[in-house]
Amino acid sequence: MKTCRTHLLLCAGTGCVSNGAFEVMRSLEEEIKRHNLTEEVSIVATGCNGFCERGPTMVVQPDGIFYQRLTVDKVPHLVEEHFLKGRPVKELMYTEAKGRPPVPRMNDIEFFRHQVLIALRNRGRIDPEKIDEYIANDGYAGLARILKEMSPEEVISQIKKSGLRGRGGAGFPTGMKWEFARRSAADLKYIVCNADEGDPGAFMDRSILEADPHSVLEGMLIGAYAIGASRGFIYIREEYPLAVERIKRAIRAAEEYGLLGERIFGAAFDFSLRVVRGAGAFVCGEETALMASIEGKMGRPRPRPPFPAESGLWGCPTNINNVETWSNVPVIILRGADWYSSIGTPSSKGTKVFSVVGKVENTGLVEVPMGITLRKIIFDIGGGIPGGKRFKAVQTGGPSGGCIPENKLDLEVDYEQLAEAGAIMGSGGLIVMDEDTCMVDLARYFLAFLEDESCGKCVPCREGLQRMHEILDDITEGRGTMDHLVLLERLANTVKKASLCALGSTAPNPVLTTLRYFRDEYESHINEGRCPAGVCKALIRFSIDPEACTGCTACRKVCPTDCIAGERKQPHKIDPDRCIKCGACHEVCKFNAVRKT
Amino acid sequence: MMTIKLKIDKQDIEVPEGTTILEAARMLGIRIPTLCHHEALKPYGACRICLVEVRAGTARASTLVASCVFPVRQGLEVTTDSDEIREVRAGLLELLLARCPGSRQIRELAGEFGVHETPYTPRDHLCILCGLCVRVCDEIVGARAIDFSFRGQALDVKPPLLTPAGTCIACGTCTTVCPTEAVKLEEIARVPYGHAVSETHPGERCRVCGTHPTKPEFPANYDDWFPK
Amino acid sequence: MDPETLERLDCLIDEAGLEETDLIGAMQDIQRELNYLPEEAMRLVAQKIGVPLSQVYSIATFYKTFSLEPRGRHLINVCMGTACHVRGGVQILEKLKRILGIDTGGTTNDQRFSLEAVRCLGCCGLAPVIMIDGKFHGKLTQKGLDRILEQYE
Ligand SMILES: Cc1cc2nc3c(=O)[nH]c(=O)nc-3n(C[C@H](O)[C@H](O)[C@H](O)COP(=O)(O)O)c2cc1C
Ligand code: SF4
Ligand code: SF4
Ligand code: SF4
Ligand code: FES
Ligand code: FES
Repeated sequence: MKTCRTHLLLCAGTGCVSNGAFEVMRSLEEEIKRHNLTEEVSIVATGCNGFCERGPTMVVQPDGIFYQRLTVDKVPHLVEEHFLKGRPVKELMYTEAKGRPPVPRMNDIEFFRHQVLIALRNRGRIDPEKIDEYIANDGYAGLARILKEMSPEEVISQIKKSGLRGRGGAGFPTGMKWEFARRSAADLKYIVCNADEGDPGAFMDRSILEADPHSVLEGMLIGAYAIGASRGFIYIREEYPLAVERIKRAIRAAEEYGLLGERIFGAAFDFSLRVVRGAGAFVCGEETALMASIEGKMGRPRPRPPFPAESGLWGCPTNINNVETWSNVPVIILRGADWYSSIGTPSSKGTKVFSVVGKVENTGLVEVPMGITLRKIIFDIGGGIPGGKRFKAVQTGGPSGGCIPENKLDLEVDYEQLAEAGAIMGSGGLIVMDEDTCMVDLARYFLAFLEDESCGKCVPCREGLQRMHEILDDITEGRGTMDHLVLLERLANTVKKASLCALGSTAPNPVLTTLRYFRDEYESHINEGRCPAGVCKALIRFSIDPEACTGCTACRKVCPTDCIAGERKQPHKIDPDRCIKCGACHEVCKFNAVRKT
Repeated sequence: MMTIKLKIDKQDIEVPEGTTILEAARMLGIRIPTLCHHEALKPYGACRICLVEVRAGTARASTLVASCVFPVRQGLEVTTDSDEIREVRAGLLELLLARCPGSRQIRELAGEFGVHETPYTPRDHLCILCGLCVRVCDEIVGARAIDFSFRGQALDVKPPLLTPAGTCIACGTCTTVCPTEAVKLEEIARVPYGHAVSETHPGERCRVCGTHPTKPEFPANYDDWFPK
Repeated sequence: MDPETLERLDCLIDEAGLEETDLIGAMQDIQRELNYLPEEAMRLVAQKIGVPLSQVYSIATFYKTFSLEPRGRHLINVCMGTACHVRGGVQILEKLKRILGIDTGGTTNDQRFSLEAVRCLGCCGLAPVIMIDGKFHGKLTQKGLDRILEQYE
């Protein structure tokens, strides 16, 4: 970084970019030039800092002032006031609620205050496209240390001691996995970084790759040294163009610096890395399918054993870890296993990155120590449910996970506690749902997703999910019977026990947990023909409350089938026969007069 | 070679390392039903009918694994028949019966497990997608003329681009391994184009029986090999 | 296909690499170049990389990225992720279908738009989200869609 008085750390993650971060940046540059401040103020485009909801965001260092929802037209005022006159601009600061005083400093904002950044240590602090900035922040120091001072066995024992577990889903102890791969004798071994990030509602891997790609490279280098691998792959979704671009750039930079290639740091250690783009298949996140895909085949899982550590890519021992797992590794090496294992719960060490999304005030990405309660994440960090609605459930672990109801909100998040509640840690998506979310519809949604993404190889998953989906269609469309529930549970059991890979064997989880905690909602659909949350189209009706309607005509204008009638300033009326239940009227009515029953 | 000792249905057996549970059970004369397994082909593990219970050493709980792909381990205890196994197999057969109500083999096997009807809306497939035809064409014939296409419930076995497969040598091997008689050479409607080529290239040109020259590389199109 | 296009594809494949592991990457590049995978292109890839056509076809139908039909000039990806689902992603998709008069996976007659429903786009903070030609549009409402589509010719 240049030695300037002030640094503007402008978020250039996907979320902020789509909200116009680059336009804001250009206009900042212009204004700064116009005021002759170029020597004093520098702009750094950083990776995602997690608070995408409020984007584009910017942190002014060294004072740590946090600006949010920046727009081009507000930039001139901002530059003049803050950087010329030294008066921070209150209107662009974060406020917890309307009427509350603004919170100027990033570290005082509830969303950031509770976070402990390890995997995301450099987020929003460095320019991810500059390897020098990573290096200036202890980057590649872990690699240097192991190559100078540690044997591969010592590295593995450190990782084992740290208690790090895989962040990609199953939570398998990373050190043990490396040890298996180390013990497999072979001339050629591979390392793979799983960046296929398929769980809907989770985007931590994208964020890490965008904000700090070198931390993943360094982790992989350390892992490669530990298990004796000389080649590596990063398998990354094509839908993440920015992340692909950044990681490719990072690889080129590392190659130029001699951090990839032959005789790295002069040690007898060679390692080369390639990027493979995933072509749109969720199942390719499963490790055996991922390997088939790298080999240039259809991404279909195969039975294990043999495990990748014995026979993986082209039959060679292969070690696969998730992005977040890799990015934790350099810090553990640098700061020691004891430090790392002092954070967290007895069985789950360190931190976990969660994406808090759905019906929650502050959506975004947070990194918190294991053992924090769900309540704290959702209500303190996430700021609770917007619009004064009531919390209903939180879904963790993506399509293989489960829904956790309100009375379990105080459980301390770790692998075991979540499993006990019928959910899983998964990749860390936390989808918050309020009273307007129908749990039967949600279960159906996940099944439809997995049915679509199933590779179709094995019978239980291919045929079973399709039939479970049919049953849930029946229930949500008002044709359900109580026998359906019995059949659904039996079928869920078959699919769970018999499927070849974890996609199938975990697919029934959302159905089973919603049946466990929200059975009453299923029963309302079946026995009363009613969707309590007002979601299932076949069971709801739109109508206009004549008392509340002001006759503003907004609904009439948006209705695609012209089935709303009424004069200006007179109560409007919906023709139920022609209504297609698109909800457009409900969306636009400012007076809450459109009712769903 | 190392040998492995294990117990299957309470009987002791010692087999070479790398043997699958299914093979070991068959040595003992224990029958495990299978649909996607074939001795001549690599294990595949897709139909899941061959599930058995295994318990390793001191573990208290047992898990279900597909016996056709699971390699034996030292001290493994295997159960090939139990209420749980029958229940899961019956569940699978209900699904298969709904997919292929017209298939004699599926009806018979389902009958063995007490499944005579299915709770789901029937479809009218014959193919159970066991992949035997695809694998035999790859592993034995070497033509790789047919493969799976699409995925999930749309998964299908079709010649590429739904046009006559240039690499099919019309050997008919796929039809002989198909457990449900879904592929029939004469019944071109099932895999309509895959075997159409048989009319121009009679079966004796099969590469396996070596009556025509083979090339070291994989040809893009077998047509190139034949004299014009 | 005209000789120039074939030539271009030939170069693309050479650049992607000629090992089996490069196959999917080469097909992705072709898909991006032409907006679909024509039959000749699939034959060309199979021949150059030395894999049977059946493998190319199974990959082309297995992965969602590929399309065997020509796609429109602009590709609209509607996020069907969970966060978008609970914030009304379905209504957005339905509305787009109505505006464009096509179904998911379809292309408008004037070849202007193709519509796809995709997995989580990783912008859940902005749910519901769509991505048009790689550009994200978030916090959508049914009402605002027309104006967004206008930006694409
Ligand atoms: C259907 C399915 C999808 C998966 N998707 C991902 C994924 O997108 N990213 C990931 O890291 N792991 C995913 N996994 C888990 C991987 O198979 C594997 O366990 C993980 O990459 C191992 O890395 P870890 O030990 O660091 O967690 C998936 C598993 C299944 C069964
Ligand atoms: S469980 Fe589903 S995804 Fe996994 S192998 Fe079977 S069909 Fe494929
Ligand atoms: S008949 Fe054709 S498709 Fe069938 S096994 Fe022989 S070569 Fe393969
Ligand atoms: S056609 Fe026959 S052999 Fe081929 S997958 Fe279908 S059932 Fe199996
Ligand atoms: S015979 Fe074992 S899974 Fe089909
Ligand atoms: S759920 Fe739509 S972007 Fe993640």
